[in-house]
Amino acid sequence: MAGQVQALRRKVRSVRSTKKIAKAQELVATSKIAKAQERQSAAKPYAEAITGVLTELASNASIDHPLLQPRPRVLRAGVLLITSDRGLAGAYNANAIRTAEGLISRLRADNKDVALYVVGRKALSYYTFRGRPVEASWTGFSGEPTFADARKIGESLLAAFEAGADDTETTYGPDGIRGVDEIHIVSTSFKSLMTQSAGSRFLAPMQVEEKKREGGPKPSYEFEPEPEEMLAALLPKYINTRIYAALLDSAASEWAARRRAMKSASDNADELLKTYTREMNSARQAAITQEISEIVGGANALAAAGSDE
Amino acid sequence: MAKQLHVEVVAVEKKVWSGDAEMVVARTTEGELGVLPGHAPLLGQLKEPSQVRVKLAGGEQLTWDVTGGFLSITGTGVTILAEEAATAAPATAAH
Repeated sequence: MAGQVQALRRKVRSVRSTKKIAKAQELVATSKIAKAQERQSAAKPYAEAITGVLTELASNASIDHPLLQPRPRVLRAGVLLITSDRGLAGAYNANAIRTAEGLISRLRADNKDVALYVVGRKALSYYTFRGRPVEASWTGFSGEPTFADARKIGESLLAAFEAGADDTETTYGPDGIRGVDEIHIVSTSFKSLMTQSAGSRFLAPMQVEEKKREGGPKPSYEFEPEPEEMLAALLPKYINTRIYAALLDSAASEWAARRRAMKSASDNADELLKTYTREMNSARQAAITQEISEIVGGANALAAAGSDE
Repeated sequence: MAKQLHVEVVAVEKKVWSGDAEMVVARTTEGELGVLPGHAPLLGQLKEPSQVRVKLAGGEQLTWDVTGGFLSITGTGVTILAEEAATAAPATAAH
């Protein structure tokens, strides 16, 4: 009996420390969500401005840039998957990976080969554990991505996209590098504190909407340098901006998912604590009752033995 | 009071500065350019690296070192887009 009480006491202690960890993680996540959202809104002016410039350019210049032209034959598609570095984030990573897997099987059904690019240790370990090749991976910044991270990713994706232009079914073209013909991005978008949804989008080639002007003549822009040249300089930057936005959105989602997971973990711990404490109390009470009845029984036996003499 | 230009300087990670100014001086790949209120619409790529100077009404001048920058002048104002914009040491009154 005393042993049982001891065991329960140990359980209570361990649940209590687990709860402390979950609670601390929850508080950290709560403050990180706010920070992540701040960064998202801080990045918005640039994204809006660059989209505006791009739209103006596209409506004023001929847009036959390789990044804007769908390729007639898509042999290989690149998939950029964004996950977190650390776990304890509920179904966040599982959802992102599941979405990516869905996309990959769709691409394979269309006879497209798939090249995987992953962000975050979770997706990396998922694929290396299953022995599936990963073209490139970036880890160590999922919670707080910077633009420099996005640029690194963008540069290698664009290099792969450019290298893919001359690939044919049998050879990898004069450059000898196996590239990709289109790029998809799988990331999680932050809808609210309770909902984050993973989804996939096209990253390249992209479509630019030409602005339809209502009435009045178009303002005639001057360009320095020539529009085509500027488009070539601007598009890679725009891709980087898109990647950066996806990273920020995913980071906010990651923290929101983690906060929710940690909240339910600490709620569960509370419940367990209550159950275990009840069990422990009743075990202790049972032990005391038993001891008393043993003493009483013993005393009665002694008294009975004494009166017999 | 003379007409003012509405200027926004935005970097990727944050909006750096916005406000009204008398003149913006920037260097595109084609050459240096001063923008006064009423300038024709223009899109330009900034020289790498270069400085962007914004002259305020009071004669004060703000300067940024800009990399990966673009300049967009529209009817409503001037926007400077930069991958990075760092405040440069206030230009010594050489000019």
